[in-house]
Amino acid sequence: MESTKKEQLIVSVSPHVKSDETTSRIMWTVSIALMPAFLAGVYFFGLKALFITSLSIISCMVFEQWYMKMVGKKSVLNDGSGFLTGLLLGMNMPASLWSFSPFTVHVPVIASFVAIVITKQLFGGLGFNVFNPALIGRAFALISWPKAMTIWNEPTAAFLAMDAKTTATPLGILKEEGLAKLIEVFGDKVNLYMHLLSGNRAGSIGETSAIAILIGGLFLLYKKYISWHIPVSFLATAALMAWIFGSKEGLFQGDPIVHLISGGMMLGAWFMATDYVTSPSVRNGQILFGIGCGFLTMIIRLKGGFPEGVMFAILIMNCFAPLIDRSFRAKVFGAVKQEKAKENK
Amino acid sequence: MGTATFKGGIHPSDKKELAANSPVTDAKAPKIIIIPLSQHIGAPCNPVVTIGQEVKKGQVVGEPSAFVSSPVHSSVSGKVVAIGEFPNAMGRMINSVVIENDGKDEWTALKDNPDYMGLSPEELKEKVKAAGIVGMGGAAFPTSVKLSPPKEKTIDAVLINGAECEPYLTADYRLMLEKPQEVVEGLKVLMKILGVQKGYIGIEDNKPDAIAKMKEASAGDAGISVITCEVKYPQGAEKMLIKAVLGREVPPRALPMDVGVVCQNVGTALAIFEAARYGKPLIERVVTVTGEGISQPKNLMVRVGTKVGDLIDECGGFSKGVGKVISGGPMMGFALSSLDVAVTKGTSGILVMPEEIVAHGEEFGPCIRCSRCIDICPMGLMPSMLSVLSEKGFYEEAKEYNLFDCFECGSCAFVCPSKRPIVQLVRLAKSMVKP
Repeated sequence: MESTKKEQLIVSVSPHVKSDETTSRIMWTVSIALMPAFLAGVYFFGLKALFITSLSIISCMVFEQWYMKMVGKKSVLNDGSGFLTGLLLGMNMPASLWSFSPFTVHVPVIASFVAIVITKQLFGGLGFNVFNPALIGRAFALISWPKAMTIWNEPTAAFLAMDAKTTATPLGILKEEGLAKLIEVFGDKVNLYMHLLSGNRAGSIGETSAIAILIGGLFLLYKKYISWHIPVSFLATAALMAWIFGSKEGLFQGDPIVHLISGGMMLGAWFMATDYVTSPSVRNGQILFGIGCGFLTMIIRLKGGFPEGVMFAILIMNCFAPLIDRSFRAKVFGAVKQEKAKENK
Repeated sequence: MGTATFKGGIHPSDKKELAANSPVTDAKAPKIIIIPLSQHIGAPCNPVVTIGQEVKKGQVVGEPSAFVSSPVHSSVSGKVVAIGEFPNAMGRMINSVVIENDGKDEWTALKDNPDYMGLSPEELKEKVKAAGIVGMGGAAFPTSVKLSPPKEKTIDAVLINGAECEPYLTADYRLMLEKPQEVVEGLKVLMKILGVQKGYIGIEDNKPDAIAKMKEASAGDAGISVITCEVKYPQGAEKMLIKAVLGREVPPRALPMDVGVVCQNVGTALAIFEAARYGKPLIERVVTVTGEGISQPKNLMVRVGTKVGDLIDECGGFSKGVGKVISGGPMMGFALSSLDVAVTKGTSGILVMPEEIVAHGEEFGPCIRCSRCIDICPMGLMPSMLSVLSEKGFYEEAKEYNLFDCFECGSCAFVCPSKRPIVQLVRLAKSMVKP
């Protein structure tokens, strides 16, 4: 009896209790938080939006499964990170890619390969990638198929419509023709804000509805899955830059609101820049990271060749995340007082 | 007034209800006791008895061999039947004295000295030392050493640790309810030994009745205050409690005495009182036998040297099959590999967890840099970096991330969504480099 007792005792290192939070629950919860924005995209851009996003989700998951099998590792589909990357990638693409003449359906598939296999797995898999996989996938697609990636459908809110008129994005109009023209296109300023908030405007599938993105972002904030540091510093910096430098008529005359709720700003600040793996993990460092993202976004928007700069801004800041963590190390308990004590001596 | 607290920390389910309402009762005297000659931090004792010798309850069986050490005493009267190596809770082999109980409970002479407060600080300290008192919160640091600060350190406060922040454990809680006066007297003895005017008792907010009792017991003494602390793990860690109660931060690698504080556990305070007044050596302590896997959770007054298996039998045995048996609490306790391990002066609880609640945690994933461990680390470290560096074998780099400031409270491993064994990786790194 005694000997069997001994054999049955479980021995492991402390702590012997753990929270019920898991990596996969985090990934699936973030995916759920993206649903309002995704559904808004499907509402405005119809079945094509659904097809493009589904295609990138499936591609990402298939490539991930294939890669893990090829290198003889255990499947990681359950952790939900492949699904999330696919979802984000799809939401960052124009619905117009669902086109067979000219044929552009391959774009999300190849972008998924770049995102999952090259950006994530070749760097060591979840937790080790330097760059946000979905954003590298999108950047690759934008550079490789610049035309296809910038054909924007007009939001029709007609689910089954497979033909849609093409148009320019609000940021495109702002860049080429200025704020006055943009207001003119939408009638008046209030109407412009309403269209940008609701998502009734041209753009990538999941980026158009500022309200829907905000709902998801605040949900993550409330659930403590993200902290305020990155989104707030990102958006505040961008707003400040837009207000100061946003107008050609002079300093302090820009319209920060238009910049905040157009393009990929909201999606980027709440869901892309907050990616755990590719952002700093020390809170103070996250503020610097957010400021950098906001600053670079506005530099590109106001002075660069592209109308939109969120993607490149986040990717550039991704490079600095490890460095920021290194220099913003958390303050060790009691450390400051010790330094003071040394000085006193 | 807000409750005293520190930065960071976690809120595990406290599970105190399992044993909180069971008053402390005497455990059955075992037939055989195993008294390890090293139950404390510091040098092990040398045995001063021989096989076959008759010993009385309270008789010294091991004498300290160095300054940082503490004598050990027999907790029964009877005959020494063996001296040899037996495993302790951490699995190390420890030289131990095995005594067969004759059931007579014959004490060495105990003398009641009601005027113990008339003794000089030196005499009181000598009594604490002779009684073999060590920190009873778990670390088991010899108390007499804490009471002998170097001349250049000025101590101005004594802090009694009644936080008992480890989930499940209720030993200190029961003592505060049942023997508040004795605990306060112990604090007064400590204050006298150290020559300080201010005494504090820090208790977590989830024990309002204990707070009330201790306030009542200390009401007559203006120098003693009872401080209510936030319910948060690891509130009872010495450095955290000092920060919460006194607002002082003990610098890295320094000791509480460096900020003028001596901190002692509730159980230790009681033992100090009993040593000062009766000359009673530390041969028994309250042990909470609890957990979802034990039939009748209890708080028992247990003789040092009692085998864990005896306590489990006394509490009705395993209720849901054998799972994990832990010496201490669920956050920092040691999982036992054998039920023949003896209760020591530092054993605050025996926690029995059925297999269904401990089976998880065998596999772990990569660090996803979610910041949870950084947010909650009470020491302000980056457990995520420590775990990754240690996993990859970069031990020297881990040292640069303040590896040796980690006291292994386990909060990081508790919150980690990837279930990484951060404490284990930290211990590995610590063993691979010099501090």
